[in-house]
Amino acid sequence: MGWAARLLPVLVLFAVWELAARLIGSRLFPPASTVIAALGQEAASGHLLHNLGVTLARVAAAFAVAMVLGTGLGVAMGRWRRVDRALDSLVTGLLNLPALVGIVLIYVWFGLSEATAIAAVALNKLPSTAVTVREGARALDQGLIDMAHSFRMGRGAILRHVVLPQLYPYLFGAARSGLALIWKIVLVAELLGRSDGVGFQIQVYFQLFDVTGILAYTLAFIVVVQVIEWLALQPLERRANLWR
Amino acid sequence: MLDVEIARKAVPARGGPRTVIEGLRLTLAREEIVALVGPSGCGKTTLLRIIGGLDTRYEGAITWAEGVRPRIGTVFQEPRLLPWRTVRQNIALVRPPNPAEAESLLALLGLAPYADLHPPALSLGMARRAAIARAFAVEPTLLLLDEPFVSLDPAMAEQGRAVLATAWRTRRCAALLVTHDLAEAASLADRILLLSEGPARVVRELVVPEGSRRRGIAEGARVAAALT
Repeated sequence: MGWAARLLPVLVLFAVWELAARLIGSRLFPPASTVIAALGQEAASGHLLHNLGVTLARVAAAFAVAMVLGTGLGVAMGRWRRVDRALDSLVTGLLNLPALVGIVLIYVWFGLSEATAIAAVALNKLPSTAVTVREGARALDQGLIDMAHSFRMGRGAILRHVVLPQLYPYLFGAARSGLALIWKIVLVAELLGRSDGVGFQIQVYFQLFDVTGILAYTLAFIVVVQVIEWLALQPLERRANLWR
Repeated sequence: MLDVEIARKAVPARGGPRTVIEGLRLTLAREEIVALVGPSGCGKTTLLRIIGGLDTRYEGAITWAEGVRPRIGTVFQEPRLLPWRTVRQNIALVRPPNPAEAESLLALLGLAPYADLHPPALSLGMARRAAIARAFAVEPTLLLLDEPFVSLDPAMAEQGRAVLATAWRTRRCAALLVTHDLAEAASLADRILLLSEGPARVVRELVVPEGSRRRGIAEGARVAAALT
């Protein structure tokens, strides 16, 4: 029932797309069936898997870097006023830096490489993770931390059993919005400075005015993101919130 | 087992530091239960935090009999249970796993049917009991209790006191009990120290007659009236 209800709007969308494209009959707006067929061809040739794979690897790396550094920064800013005061305007500045500017500058200054691409993407996500986690760190229940100290719990145990569970909702918020942001920015970074990946491929198709190719890759990408959301993020979040 | 001497304890406040404890002395013998009674805001909670090692910024000295801090179990005013862990897991967290002792405490404190619930599903009275069970779970030689039955209705509070007295009978330890209720103090403690309005200091000491100790709140009220 749940799956059917989720699938129905998608099927309707595909039907409307197919119908409209056939009515319009333009090369610039191919019907869904043509796009799916192109997707099949790309998959069969092995290109799709390769490009999706490298893009996913970049997403994973940038996501991990941004989450780990952003969480550390956010906790430090939330717990120590001095750190917060020192870094607040810097973080706010980074938060408002257009993604494109960050990517271009990092490429120019540090060269076109896998590492700079990942760093450029991570830099775009890091400040928003820090700001979200800072809220969580500010909202930590000092009473529970005092309780843990009074029972002589070690630092590691306090972090694991007392602090992290309180931060989970914020971490999930940051992860969810972070993934959505990073997907988009990785494509820009690939388009500007990489020779493979979904972003690069879309640029190639753009130069050929091949809308079918663009839509095929977009479709594949959306499916992958959705599968990760269903299979990883949502179950994790449910588990962390079970006690509520 | 414990000798407390606090020359001065100040807390930051608007318009300069405010002294909350001044010239306070108290001693506690092994397995002795002492109640600290005073008006709210007189520094009782601060005193417990100092003794429990949560607050180290004061002038004075806390001296333990054997020179080492004993095992302390603390019951805070709010139960302070981790809401994402069940009652049983909350208890297991503070002590190395000794399932038998944890189970026996759960049974003793009437918590067995609630052991697998998460704290948000408990009434305040039950959550307080769980906090008491957790404090006993560390096999304390000293128990610090900060208003453990405040804001419970009289029947629930009396049940809680009865359960505490039962736990005491089987697991003897010294205790410092902070309360603002003299009858409660007389119904649980061996000795009562009356504290002054802030800054806190001991103004009077009352000894509860041995035959009247832990006989319920009615007897406590009678003793309190007779002593003051």
